[in-house]
Amino acid sequence: MLCDICGKNPATVHLTEIIDEQMNELHLCEECARQKNAQMEQQFGLSDLLAGMTEFTKPNTKEAEALVAVKCASCGLTFADFKKIGRLGCGECYNSFKKYLGPLLKRIHGSGQHLGKSPFKAVKSPKKEEGLRELRAKLQNKIEAEAFEEAAKIRDQIKEMEKNGTE
Amino acid sequence: MELSDLLKHTSEWLKSTGPNSDIVISSRIRLARNLEGMAFPHWADKKQGEQVLTTVEEAVSKINYLKQTTIFRLADLDSIDKQFLVERHLMSLEHAQKTNHKAVVIDNEEIVSIMINEEDHIRMQVMQSGFNLFEAWNIINEIDESMNKELPFAFSQEWGYLTACPTNTGTGMRGSVMLHLPALVMTHQIDRVLAAIAKLSFATRGLYGEGTQASGNFFQISNQVSLGHSEDEIINSINGIIRQIIEQENQAREVMLSKNKAVLEDRINRSLGILKSAYIISSQETIELLSMVRLGVDLGVLKDINRAAINELFIITQPAHLQKIENKKLSAQERDVKRADLIRDRLKIL
Repeated sequence: MLCDICGKNPATVHLTEIIDEQMNELHLCEECARQKNAQMEQQFGLSDLLAGMTEFTKPNTKEAEALVAVKCASCGLTFADFKKIGRLGCGECYNSFKKYLGPLLKRIHGSGQHLGKSPFKAVKSPKKEEGLRELRAKLQNKIEAEAFEEAAKIRDQIKEMEKNGTE
Repeated sequence: MELSDLLKHTSEWLKSTGPNSDIVISSRIRLARNLEGMAFPHWADKKQGEQVLTTVEEAVSKINYLKQTTIFRLADLDSIDKQFLVERHLMSLEHAQKTNHKAVVIDNEEIVSIMINEEDHIRMQVMQSGFNLFEAWNIINEIDESMNKELPFAFSQEWGYLTACPTNTGTGMRGSVMLHLPALVMTHQIDRVLAAIAKLSFATRGLYGEGTQASGNFFQISNQVSLGHSEDEIINSINGIIRQIIEQENQAREVMLSKNKAVLEDRINRSLGILKSAYIISSQETIELLSMVRLGVDLGVLKDINRAAINELFIITQPAHLQKIENKKLSAQERDVKRADLIRDRLKIL
């Protein structure tokens, strides 16, 4: 089979496109597939994805208008700017757009609570740290034994302990 | 250190000394950090951009752990130098594009590199040979702590480290592992494996990260999610996936050896034959043939060839490396000739 675009090289990449519910199959050679891929990446850039993901926060047009006008007091970036470029302007933007970023972050990461390290030296009780270490080892064992239900319980326990530790 | 000094040695991550070095080339952890109260690089004006650059440079020079590093301002580098750093995986393609107020900090062994004013104010990475994310984490964690003593990072209790793009918020961490999976590709199982990885919300990329195609059977696998899990949890989940892929690649290698030994040996030896005798060779063909030779070394089909030397050939046959070695600009045709010369030369010694 020859490539649908150039008609010269053998087709090695098989692509299914869905445009307006119309399904379209394409058989392409590597070179044309690469170009096609670059086009698609341009079309569906991260900023579009992010902008699309925020649509659900505005049920009516009045709120939508108000939303795009929201401005970060610290750096001057508006929500409309964020939708366009897909990047925030400064750390303070997270506060300025808190109401809208919360659901967005949840959608991207499946969670809205940081559980990793923190830059401020939290006072750690050594005893608690030891307890956490034990729990983590237990969790690892359960995962290796494929006892996922029990593992999930231990994971929640650890999360709870860690959360309390950072506050 | 001068940039050309890097040519005199093999990058630490290419040395093939780490765990599972037959299948895993390298493990990398990167952390994204931003300075509190400063606009992110894409939104900063000239003054702020310059201020961030000098502030971070100063902090770097104070950190004991980073004593053996050199800071290169991107505005001082020509296009070959920039591409050279990208080819060595010391900075991203994005960093090489617009160069104002940007710098990259590199340590002598090429384990640590820090990009200043890329998408975030600070993007630090640590690379290790083989399957060794936790070691990379230990090193980068220490650098992060020392940096934090000098610089206030933008952080929220709820959302963690705040980054320019919300996809990096939280730990700001991306762990990635570079795998060489020729047997899964040759036995047509790779699509199934990659589809499974995508379902678990991990990303697969090519040799040069974001937006690059997988080539020469190399795949870079990394976490997508950075918020809602601790760094250890993220590393553990990547490790779990990588262990399974290693096992599948090993199985595919065994099947090929037991069922198609002659075909496999033929392909490996022909690949070596072409590399040893070609006078003109493209970088794409080089990568594909070296991939087969590397498999030959892993399977014991080719003896007396050193895996680290093959790893290094993947990098030094890239366009900017050839021009750096020759110390002049070369056209694509000239490079194809120089590349073939270099490969014949290196394989003669092995």
